[in-house]
Amino acid sequence: MSPQASMNVLVNDAASREYLVFSLGDEEYAVDILKVQEIRGYENVTRIANVPDFIKGVTNLRGVIVPIIDLRLKFNLDKVEYDGQTVVIVVNVDDRIVGVVVDGVSDVMSLAPDQIKPAPEFGVTLSSDYLSGIGSLEDRMLVLVDIEKLLTHEEMQLVERTAESV
Amino acid sequence: MDISDFYDTFFEEAEELLADMERLLLDLDVDDPDVEELNAIFRAAHSIKGGAGTFGFTVLQETTHLLENLLDHTRRGELTLRRDIVDTFLETKDMLHDQMDAYRNGTEPDAEAFERISRVLQQMALDELGQGEALEPVMEEPPPPVQNPMNSNDGKGAATRRLSVILTGVNDKDRDLLVEELKHFGTIVTQSGDAARCQVLLDSTESQDDIEAVLCFIIEPEQLSIQAEADSPVDAVAKTTVDGPVQESSVSPNGSPSEPAATNAETLASNASAVPNVEPNGKSSGKKGGKNAKGSESSTIRVPVDKVDQIINLVGELIITQSMLEQTASDLDIVSHGPLVNGMNLLQRNARDLQEAVMSIRMMPMDYVFSRFPRLVRDLADKLGKEVELITEGKSTELDKSLIERIIDPLTHLVRNSLDHGLESPEKREASGKSPTGYLTLSAQHQGGNILIEVIDDGAGLNRDRILAKARSNGLAVTDSMSDDDVWQLIFAPGFSTAEQVSDVSGRGVGMDVVKRNIQAMGGHVEILSKPNQGTTTRIVLPLTLAILDGMSIRCGGETFLLPLNAVLESLQPQPDDVYSMAGDDQLLKVRDEYLPIIALHHALDVTNAKTELTEAIAVIVQGEGRRYALLVDDLVGQQQVVVKNLETNYRKVPGISAATILGDGSVALILDIADLHRLDRRKSQQRHEMKRHETQRQHLQEVSSV
Repeated sequence: MSPQASMNVLVNDAASREYLVFSLGDEEYAVDILKVQEIRGYENVTRIANVPDFIKGVTNLRGVIVPIIDLRLKFNLDKVEYDGQTVVIVVNVDDRIVGVVVDGVSDVMSLAPDQIKPAPEFGVTLSSDYLSGIGSLEDRMLVLVDIEKLLTHEEMQLVERTAESV
Repeated sequence: MDISDFYDTFFEEAEELLADMERLLLDLDVDDPDVEELNAIFRAAHSIKGGAGTFGFTVLQETTHLLENLLDHTRRGELTLRRDIVDTFLETKDMLHDQMDAYRNGTEPDAEAFERISRVLQQMALDELGQGEALEPVMEEPPPPVQNPMNSNDGKGAATRRLSVILTGVNDKDRDLLVEELKHFGTIVTQSGDAARCQVLLDSTESQDDIEAVLCFIIEPEQLSIQAEADSPVDAVAKTTVDGPVQESSVSPNGSPSEPAATNAETLASNASAVPNVEPNGKSSGKKGGKNAKGSESSTIRVPVDKVDQIINLVGELIITQSMLEQTASDLDIVSHGPLVNGMNLLQRNARDLQEAVMSIRMMPMDYVFSRFPRLVRDLADKLGKEVELITEGKSTELDKSLIERIIDPLTHLVRNSLDHGLESPEKREASGKSPTGYLTLSAQHQGGNILIEVIDDGAGLNRDRILAKARSNGLAVTDSMSDDDVWQLIFAPGFSTAEQVSDVSGRGVGMDVVKRNIQAMGGHVEILSKPNQGTTTRIVLPLTLAILDGMSIRCGGETFLLPLNAVLESLQPQPDDVYSMAGDDQLLKVRDEYLPIIALHHALDVTNAKTELTEAIAVIVQGEGRRYALLVDDLVGQQQVVVKNLETNYRKVPGISAATILGDGSVALILDIADLHRLDRRKSQQRHEMKRHETQRQHLQEVSSV
């Protein structure tokens, strides 16, 4: 998906934005498609020691070393399997490239502002800080994840916070 | 394309020209200046002026213009050089640099400073004018092209002619001054007009160029037009010359519209009034005798660093692909696939050569760093009242560009320190039986895969007692029995300065710790050797490049890691007799009368399925940051050169790991950080220890409560 194409969509319907819908277990989540760089399979991940378990390691993305995190582990899902169907969404946030492991990617949805409801205060595992809202689409509910906030959040331990900057 | 797209090119070029100018000025023998060098200095100023004019950096242009005029007189032998004149030139050069920085940052340069420097330069020009005139007629000029109408009328020292001097936009004060000056050239017939346009008719034997040259110290060439009476086309020519550079330097020296301007430029280039014009370098040097400039011009090409890095990345990818193919091809039967195997070998060789060639693009000679010190040393020595001679060795030693830029600051600091604290005043030196002139040596040399940079002075040396006293007052733990090396290392502690008085040169105690930190961040280390009354040597050891690493790949429980080869001393299979345990958990390995702590890689990095039995594993003796230990791994795989990939680009610093690389099969392998791995292991054993203690405490409590 080139940025050009998504720009055109934006121009056609200025208010609505496109989201990439992915699944974690039975739940459906969505991220802003403009943050997504590519989607690839889960393979060849080198483990890194002494890091939280949801950081699976690093992989080689055409010569670039990219960290891989598993949102299923981060969100405490029961069933975590790695097989040929496991998908990695490569996102570009805060000038960094990060791979996010999910159970599957279903489709791209366009959501108008009136289809997005504010995120309720809830959950211990998924703080509403990371959510940009709840998308309702007929009988489906999409949890809109603010991937930038989620990945750069301190508890993800992806971005180094040096002592001086605190 | 906007003209501002060329700004960066201009700034880069001008910076180089200024550096050249400084180097030449410093090299200049004041008593017997080399004409070629003077010419080179002049050309540098001239080129900067041309560029500045093109881009509309007025202040920069005007300052260079004044400097250039003086330089022109100097190279023609009309202005005798003195040390203070060279000082003024150097000061002007600094000013030009400041002005350029201001323009680069999109601000206007300091007007006050400009006023001051132009007054100084104008004054110098006026002081020199009286003698300058008498010598004027003996000028070496390139033969004037025939088609130029101005020159056909321009018989130097010929019969008296009537000249019409037209001044535009000159205020009254300056006009009076100019008229005064004109009287030196001949008889003024009439003077008419106002500030906007003023015409002076003058009978003179001097050439138009000479008059223009003198007047241009006061006003801009654009404001001046000199014609022989009844000779009108000159005005047009002068106009072309002024407009010329815009087309010429912004487009290309070959563009046909700029050709007439170029022709004029050649004629006028050696006039004091030289036109704001970027000369095509080849041409000017050809004319003026310097042939080196011509050669270097065509043999270099300016490329942005990220383009080079992109090539390096691509070549890295190519190497990985090549080793992938090689692995596949190695399974094939050599008889039936002979040509393929041969081709693979050829590909491997070519790929390695290509990688080496590409890496060498990033290498720069140390001269890039050393060349900025003559000036610094000269100025500082003057300021401190010391006599110092700077010696540089190994200027052509090459180092990676990213490192060479980062070494400048630490090195500057060390040089300042040596001058301020190391070298003594001439009196003190003589009193201690040394020559009054102190010697400061900067040297660079390759040593294996490293570069060794030394700052050597023959000064007083470090004062052991004072350092110890200072360390005590700073609350550092020291004893009188410490070895010299350990004492010298103390000066790298933060906030440490033994200078008796704080000068504005150095001595505030912020510095040496920063120097050490910077050098360590580059993967190097720094040490000090010092002897009382014989001097101090500061030695910096740096890796040649951060982009490529000679590594030793090892395996541990199905995972592959890389050790930096320069950290590996040897490897051996531990024998049960050589393993000693200490304080319960810790184990030591005896290697030739030395007891080294054992660190198991699988322990530090939580590797599963590793060989836990000590005698089955392999012990690699490694050394990092002065610590030596035995690292237990499963297997040694082999040596290989790898392209270092930063983990921090997309992730963060990982304990025990310095970077990553991509192996032949496309997977990522982590490069171990020897020193950090040691720290990591310490931390982990401590945690384990704590947990054990808690465990035993709990058990103890349970036992107590059950009783």
